Amino acid sequence: MPRLLVGPFNRVEGDLEVTLDVQQGRVASAHVNSTMYRGFEQILQDKQPHDALVFVPRICGICSVSQSVAAARALADLGSIEVPPNGQIVTNFILATENLADHLMHFYVFFMPDFTHASYARHAWHGEAVARFAPQTGSQTRAATAARQRWFTLLGTLAGKWPHTQCIEPGGSTRAVDAAERIRLLAKVREFRGFLESQLFAAPLEFISSLDSEAALLRWLAEDPLKGDLRMFLTLAQDTGLRHLGPGPGRYLSYGAYPQPGAGFAFAPGVWHAATQTLNAVDAQAIREDATHAWLSDSGGPRHPIQGITQPEPDKPAAYTWNKAPRLDGAVLETGAIARQLASAHPLVRELVGSYGGTVFTRVVARLLELARVVPLMEQWLMQLRPGEAFCVPAQLPSEGTGVGLSEAARGSLGHWMTVQGGRIASYQIVAPTTWNFSPRDAAGTPGALEQALVGAPVLEGETTPVAVQHIVRSFDPCMVCTVH
Amino acid sequence: MSGATPAFNVLWLQSGGCGGCSMSLLCADTTDFHGQLRQAGINLLWHPSISLQSGRELVDMLQAIVDGQLRLDALCIEGALLRGPHGTGRFHMLAGTGIPMTHWVQQLAAQARHVVAVGSCAAWGGITAAGDNLTDACGLQYLDATPGGLLGAAFRSRSGLPVINIAGCPTHPSWVLDSLMALAANGFTEADLDTLGRPRFYADQLVHHGCTRNEYYEYKASAEKPSDLGCMMEHMGCKGTQVHADCNTRLWNGEGSCTRAGYACIACTEPGFQEPGHPFHETPKFAGIPIGLPTDMPKAWFVALASLSKSATPKRVKVNAVADHLVVKPVARKTTLK
Repeated sequence: MPRLLVGPFNRVEGDLEVTLDVQQGRVASAHVNSTMYRGFEQILQDKQPHDALVFVPRICGICSVSQSVAAARALADLGSIEVPPNGQIVTNFILATENLADHLMHFYVFFMPDFTHASYARHAWHGEAVARFAPQTGSQTRAATAARQRWFTLLGTLAGKWPHTQCIEPGGSTRAVDAAERIRLLAKVREFRGFLESQLFAAPLEFISSLDSEAALLRWLAEDPLKGDLRMFLTLAQDTGLRHLGPGPGRYLSYGAYPQPGAGFAFAPGVWHAATQTLNAVDAQAIREDATHAWLSDSGGPRHPIQGITQPEPDKPAAYTWNKAPRLDGAVLETGAIARQLASAHPLVRELVGSYGGTVFTRVVARLLELARVVPLMEQWLMQLRPGEAFCVPAQLPSEGTGVGLSEAARGSLGHWMTVQGGRIASYQIVAPTTWNFSPRDAAGTPGALEQALVGAPVLEGETTPVAVQHIVRSFDPCMVCTVH
Repeated sequence: MSGATPAFNVLWLQSGGCGGCSMSLLCADTTDFHGQLRQAGINLLWHPSISLQSGRELVDMLQAIVDGQLRLDALCIEGALLRGPHGTGRFHMLAGTGIPMTHWVQQLAAQARHVVAVGSCAAWGGITAAGDNLTDACGLQYLDATPGGLLGAAFRSRSGLPVINIAGCPTHPSWVLDSLMALAANGFTEADLDTLGRPRFYADQLVHHGCTRNEYYEYKASAEKPSDLGCMMEHMGCKGTQVHADCNTRLWNGEGSCTRAGYACIACTEPGFQEPGHPFHETPKFAGIPIGLPTDMPKAWFVALASLSKSATPKRVKVNAVADHLVVKPVARKTTLK
């Protein structure tokens, strides 16, 4: 069976290599390798617990706030700290800013450029794709880069800088907002809304959020198939078979996004089973990380993160990646915007996933839908702030205990598990979204989500880096530096 | 330069880092990021986040540079170089090649006119070298403040310059763009680097310069908890008076800086910042006096001035220093300013 080694894989965050066994022009099996190890879980050992807030954002330069939020929640859990409403709102706002920037960046800079490949030159839309999405020269790529830069000025005010802000504390956010600033921030959110409504959607955000069926989506598409970049994507997707390309494992995990002051989430948590169309509660106690095929010690077998260990074994036989294999009740899960939208019962995403599964097409639609759904929430959150009331309470941390911090990064469910002894971190384990999505085989030999999604992908004659494989890999918006941390 | 074919070939690779310096770069203060590069004559041969070419296409390009068939004007490395385990470099293999990134970087650096360390990881090892540094992470020409690193203390690129260390975690987009543009315009000499190889246009400044908490600093009216408005030097671990960078005059993401957002400067442009030997957000003290005093300031003078200014602190400054918003506003008086 011909074997194809694909890498370096760019326009993903970090380092990725994929080994493909190809049979009759299709991928028969795939092995996914995260090729770098930095050792944050070892670095954090013996540090002061609060110092985690300096280290963990630096796991990742693209979702650094997500890491901060998970760590701050783990510390808050450790110290039983109650975040005041203003602190909760600003933390959500900062996280949402990063998450939406990631979605925007993914679509315009990481994903769409693949349609400018010469291998698509025979398609009628290719010239338009090049004009809009060619790296460095495409009109929309450049406009989106500028819109992203403006968008991140929100974090100049609220977070000091991005990435690697230290403004997120277990007790809230260190930057209080006054009434006048709130209006300035709102104006910036509306500027971004303007970009989305004129360029990406060519429609109001509320209209996009209200699309509740594939029929409604297709009716809107038919009105003007290339107007706005979402409809251009839908047109390309129809022509290139993205609806069916790269089906995932059919189970989707969300820890719940943007917890609200008081109780509840903006996007509810849950595990969605596509086959049975059912939503189950998340039982984080049932998570196990399996290191059978990682260059890491797997002594004692699969472990819950609170008992997890991270010890490199670079010469371990049968290992092929630095990534562990997380499983929930033994099952492979997919996580990301698609899981959040399924768990929070968005009718369009539930219908599309019901018809096609988690595929390149449905993953991208869910991500763009989230841009439309979250911006109006951010506008509301700003108006819910109460200037003059507390944004942050001081954190008193015990010298013994455990803390769990669960969050939703752009790419999906992120968890931090911390044990503190004698005032020092005794153990710190991180399970990142791409750890789930790009996990290797487990002890039972079951491939991870991407490894499953790649099976069946077409490999055309002469392709060394198959474009279908690129679409599938990038549809997950992987973040390898988070994965291996 | 407008309209001319870009002539200054830049290759950007990432190793043991987080990609944050790339993400920061794309926050550069311009309405047309790619246009700005082109107008400066910079041709981005390849960048991991924004280039189309994948896999074999990139490997062929790297090989052409190593073989001397493709000119490389600036090799930009982001992230620490991971020499472990046991000197093999296997903690980071360049995907698709079966070859350690350290090996690629050594070969490419030998061909490059300039070698640029983007961010504190590539400059000193940075956060990746924290803890026991099990990956044996180092910078291109330093490990912390010790010369050496991957390329060796004696390394000079083909231009004759040492590695240019655009340190920062992440590094400021404009520190990178200004450096690359100066290199492309042949306007950069060894005299433009400080003793640690950092561009002096930002490293000759202190974070303290332009800090909006300056009035609190003058009176030693100090923040006591996160989100307080007061000076963070005395209790909250702020090192802005000692740290080389212009963060409070060349702002981040429009109008930000760490101190403006209510948290301490942790010295991320300095070698070894990742292991300060004390909790990051607490000021280490001896006999109640901060150990890390402002650059150039004799200790006795600091103690005398601090004591004097504390006794003269206006109520407004004293009260506001420990609140997250103005509790006492400046008084409006019916008088012309004199």
